[in-house]
Amino acid sequence: MAKIIGLPKLSPTMEEGTLVSWAKKEGDTVDVDDLLAEVETDKATMEFRSFDRGVLLKILVPEGVTLEAEVPVAIIGKAGEDITELLAQVESAGAAATEAAPAAESAPAAESAPESASASVSAAESGPASAPESVPAPVSASAPGSRGGRVISSPLVRRLARERSIDLRSVQGSGPHGRIVKRDIESYAGPVAARSMLGGERLPPEVRQASSMRRTIARRLTESKQTIPHYYLTIDCDIGPLSDARKAMNAELEADGKKVSLNDLIIKAAAVALRRVPEVNASFMGKEIHYHQVVDISVAVAVDEGLMTPVIRDADRKGIGQIAEEVRELAGRARDRKLSIEEMTNGTFSISNLGMYGIEEFTAVINPPEAAILAVGTIREEPIVQAGAVVPGRRMRFTMSCDHRIVDGATGARYLAAFKRIIESPLNMLL
Amino acid sequence: MRELRYREALREAMLEEMERDERVFLMGEEVGHYQGAYKVSEGLLDKFGERRVIDTPIAEAGFAGIGIGAAMVGLRPIIEFMTWNFSFVAFDQIISNAAKIHQMSAGALQVPIVFRGPNGSARQVASQHSHAVAPFYVSIPGLYVCQPSTPRDAKGLLKTAIRSNNPVVFLEGETLYGVKGEVPDEGVEELIPFGESRVARNGADCTIVTWGRPYYVAMAAAEKLAADGTECEVIDPRTLRPLDMGPIIESVRRTNRCVVVHEHWPYGGPGAEIVDRVQREAFDYLDAPVERVTGLDVPMPYALNLENEVLPTEERIIDAVKRVSYAK
Repeated sequence: MAKIIGLPKLSPTMEEGTLVSWAKKEGDTVDVDDLLAEVETDKATMEFRSFDRGVLLKILVPEGVTLEAEVPVAIIGKAGEDITELLAQVESAGAAATEAAPAAESAPAAESAPESASASVSAAESGPASAPESVPAPVSASAPGSRGGRVISSPLVRRLARERSIDLRSVQGSGPHGRIVKRDIESYAGPVAARSMLGGERLPPEVRQASSMRRTIARRLTESKQTIPHYYLTIDCDIGPLSDARKAMNAELEADGKKVSLNDLIIKAAAVALRRVPEVNASFMGKEIHYHQVVDISVAVAVDEGLMTPVIRDADRKGIGQIAEEVRELAGRARDRKLSIEEMTNGTFSISNLGMYGIEEFTAVINPPEAAILAVGTIREEPIVQAGAVVPGRRMRFTMSCDHRIVDGATGARYLAAFKRIIESPLNMLL
Repeated sequence: MRELRYREALREAMLEEMERDERVFLMGEEVGHYQGAYKVSEGLLDKFGERRVIDTPIAEAGFAGIGIGAAMVGLRPIIEFMTWNFSFVAFDQIISNAAKIHQMSAGALQVPIVFRGPNGSARQVASQHSHAVAPFYVSIPGLYVCQPSTPRDAKGLLKTAIRSNNPVVFLEGETLYGVKGEVPDEGVEELIPFGESRVARNGADCTIVTWGRPYYVAMAAAEKLAADGTECEVIDPRTLRPLDMGPIIESVRRTNRCVVVHEHWPYGGPGAEIVDRVQREAFDYLDAPVERVTGLDVPMPYALNLENEVLPTEERIIDAVKRVSYAK
């Protein structure tokens, strides 16, 4: 018997997902574990595999639409099966959901329901949902340059749009059947800069849909700053010994074609320091405090559309060479957006490094439920006074943001002092 | 450079090659005493005598076959068809023998032969005598196919054809024989290699690929389009097999649009082949479907007004360029 297939929750934190592409089309046979679609969740593009066997009878949402979890996306059944009833059910649920939305939002029982959804194709489609079987209204394909939900454009335009990151749904096509052609995309991108330079007409902002990663970053960081009482501690360290240690290690590693970075050493130092001041390696969980038995360091990696935090597990127990390799491998996959959810969740402490941009020091936003994040600045070569004499020095400033609910000032300061001892005397890592 | 007519350029090519290599000889209907049906071979009989300029009976299968046999044993024949329409009775010789012997003898035999003559419509010679034959021959591996548009290309390509060790189908044009154009001075030898397209006109807005008689129609259309501000790049492949797509693809990547103009029928042939390769090799650069302006898909009518409609016209070329440019 045919059944409605909902968008699965592909990660514990997934509230909504963008259906990036269908791997099957209507009429295709589907087996258990067959790839049905690719879904972009809050941080990764995930595979949506079938739990059912049969024929894909109906696709209910087009590619590119963002939906809440559980919203119906397809109907699977036997070949030729009558699905009019199921379709009616899907449609009426959509309509009911739209009507019920305002009530659901104010109802206390709404806790179990996802937040109101908004499909990204056009504003007309938002369908706030109160029940798992609700769906957004059927997608209207009235966007310019589109026909039947598909944007019509020349191959050249598609390439240019990819290169210039232009969403073709916002470009008006002037060719046959509304086809978007070269002159449309050029007049779309060009005159904006030219006209505003002339100081003539004031142009409205260019409106783009925020990616699901961008929305996740916005939500989590707002939540962090609003709920966690941050305070900041800065410590200035002599980075000379660590630089020298790195140089010596790299000389050893050269034969194997390997290298460690200063950042890899800082990860290791921070991890070892967490063992020495374990109060910082904790999470405030409402009525409980969780003291972590493991030291897992989240490393902030800038990617095209935002930021990801792959986690180096057991960084306190790993060799620096291994940390270096893992960081490089995870960062590479982060940029390709190929990290799994497991690889970027459940860290116990974060490190963010903007030294490569010449930033001397900065404060970072805590990545909940972690208790602290360490912000790493650039190396400064400057004169320092040592035993009454001015000598050339290499310095680096570290600023830790702490969750005051569990890490008090003295605790944070003790941590940074332990960290500084390791940084300034790297052999300390071995103790 | 001097100006020569297309027929004079061809004659010079044969004369120079016959002087250079005594194995080269010319055979066909009316090539000798009548001085050539289109006067291409004028004067060659007097210069080289009856052993090397041979008049034949009206028997294309026979003299094409004799030519192939002569080539197999070491001579270098030029076989003139009075028109390419008459090659159909020699089709089997060209396809089954000339194009195959080298492969079937495992390389032991070669067939260095040139089949040449006027191709395509002349003026009111009706359906049986107006064939543009390139599609028939261009699809055969084992043959080279040349179709020069200008006197210079005619001379340079025919010399290369005569020196080729493999069979060449050389397509001229009755309406082109009187066309004048620049040809390198006497004593300056120019061999134009097979497989080199020529950019005849530069332009940034649309690429036109054309050869043979419509080449001149397309060039005139390009001038009119330029007056309206649309600059076409015109490219002549010159040899249809091998086909040099390099300059064509390079051009389409700049102009983002392409119109292919040819005399032969629209179904298949080098015209369709070029469209196929453009869409595959320049897909991400195309702003519009590739268009073709072709001879219409009918047997050629006798009436002059109808014949003029069937052949590619300036108007149809201009319309096609405007369509791919999304103009008006």
